[in-house]
Amino acid sequence: MIEAPSTVPAAGARLPRGQRLRQGLAANPLMVAGGVMSALIVVIALLAPLLAPFPADAGSATHPFMVLRPPSAQHWFGTDNVGRDIYSRVLYGARISPLIAVVVLVLACAIGVPLGVAAGYFGGWLDEAIMRVTDIFLAFPSLLLALALAEVLPPSLITLTIAIAVTWWPWYTRLIRGQAASVAGRPYVESCRALGISRTWIIFRHILPNSLTPLIVQVSLDVGGVILTTSALSFLGLGAQDPTPEWGLMVAEGQNYFTTAWWVVTFPGLAILVTAFAFTLLGDGLRDLLDPKRTFLR
Amino acid sequence: MTIYVARRVALAALVVAGVIILTFVIAHVVPGDPAATWAGPHASAAQVAAARRYLGLDRPPAVQLLSYFGGILTGNWGIAIHTHRPVLSDLAVAAPASLELVTAAMIIALVVAVPLGLISARWPGRAGDQVIRAGSILGVSMPIFWMALIFQLVFTQRLHLLPVAGEYSPNLLFTHPLTRLTGFGLIDAPLTGNWPMFGSICAHMVLPAVVIAAYPAGLITRMVRAQVLDTLGDAHVQMVRALGFGERAVFGRFAMKLSWNPVLAAIALVFGYSLVNTFLVEAIFDWPGLGSYATDAIATLDTPAILGVTLFIALVYVVVNLIVDLIQAAIDPRIRLR
Repeated sequence: MIEAPSTVPAAGARLPRGQRLRQGLAANPLMVAGGVMSALIVVIALLAPLLAPFPADAGSATHPFMVLRPPSAQHWFGTDNVGRDIYSRVLYGARISPLIAVVVLVLACAIGVPLGVAAGYFGGWLDEAIMRVTDIFLAFPSLLLALALAEVLPPSLITLTIAIAVTWWPWYTRLIRGQAASVAGRPYVESCRALGISRTWIIFRHILPNSLTPLIVQVSLDVGGVILTTSALSFLGLGAQDPTPEWGLMVAEGQNYFTTAWWVVTFPGLAILVTAFAFTLLGDGLRDLLDPKRTFLR
Repeated sequence: MTIYVARRVALAALVVAGVIILTFVIAHVVPGDPAATWAGPHASAAQVAAARRYLGLDRPPAVQLLSYFGGILTGNWGIAIHTHRPVLSDLAVAAPASLELVTAAMIIALVVAVPLGLISARWPGRAGDQVIRAGSILGVSMPIFWMALIFQLVFTQRLHLLPVAGEYSPNLLFTHPLTRLTGFGLIDAPLTGNWPMFGSICAHMVLPAVVIAAYPAGLITRMVRAQVLDTLGDAHVQMVRALGFGERAVFGRFAMKLSWNPVLAAIALVFGYSLVNTFLVEAIFDWPGLGSYATDAIATLDTPAILGVTLFIALVYVVVNLIVDLIQAAIDPRIRLR
């Protein structure tokens, strides 16, 4: 058997990348825990049809003779008011909230980043105009604006996704604007401009890459927030509708029976908590690792 | 300073104007017919038309926007459809209850979060720090509507420790009725010497306040920790340390003080956020505040009421932010130059 050659520390003060990473991870056990939990949630989402004991219960199946049974060997998390297996529904729920979070954050970045770059790089009246509009949107707390929008559009998961994305972009505009403005003022960007290098090139080659790290950190920290907002709106009846195994909706449905059947409310809610917790732990650790100087407000 | 204050106030007024326009736009893309809702399910076409004229919905949008603006400035926020009362007087009843609840929650959050954040920053990386950090992240990851239900289940249904819902025990309505002076129950009860009522309101407030405190507590803990650690790394704090001051003095006299400004900003932000979180909690605890009012308004598609609540919360948000900006500028002269 051939042994792999042991890694020799590179000459000079800097440690090799792998070792630095390992040190960073060892110093941050919470992030490792968050990463493992997040990965597990993604695996559960992907393998839900294989893991769920009663896959049909994630849809509109009903079992009138199995209604509101407490947790047992057969139904680990009990059954709900139409006899569906809550464990199966909770597993399938892992496919909904995290996916919505990804779509919302991609949409929010798609709106927020270009506006932030424009405001920060060009400055002047454009900057003023964009930032005042951003201020107006920020004065509407996100749940409230999402609520108003979800009110206007018919309740569905797509409406919900759009509504949350519309409320989320101003944060990224602010973030990217600050980054872009600070980079745009540096001498090397000015010399680029003096050399007649095109704006597009400067933006894509210098401004955006310099804004990427704080953006990644903020986005990863926001996954948990979007998951919470999604479930809150569904809880209020403004998102997912009945057979969908969305966790917030499941809590809302269990609310009517919860004095006698605690399990209907408890397990879906626990799933929201664990998922938001896992992704926030991961995001928090990423911030320490990538961007230790930046403090956060959310 | 005067220029800074004038500039900040002007910007706040601009944001308020924008918020009013935005609520107006949202109101005008709502499908459904508010006039038909207002007139009731069996109204004739003529009655609906009369209602439309009465509500002013037959005028062109630009005129409506202007009169909407004028109405808001002169205290006419429209008529709530589900209560048939002026929105502003509904809000005057609901807002104190919510502000009281959120203020209690913020006090709980501060009392818990500031010491925890300081402990965490004093011994970073130790076991205690890791536990506090995990706990604070748990706080910000909490689906509070779920936490509210679980608390009701545990503390009321199983342990019988606290009342399940409402603002005070209904028996007191007959023995010790509350005289409303300010609208804030916790102020009115002691003012009128109504101590049983005061005790009852406090007991009823514990569960919803603790639930609403979960998010601010987590956030403020993280903020305090991050800010203090950040300040400890600053050159002047290192200087104090180099001069031979003990670690205790460095921490208490220098690092902590400089951390208050960003923490103040976080508190303002999270106050507005918590006001919105009452939407998820008040209905569960049957607390008669903005959240319950908004939930009822949503259920009946009551646009003027929804917009009124939205506008009110946005206003609180802008005003709180303005106050914090001014306080910060008063504490830290560097801010005025920006």
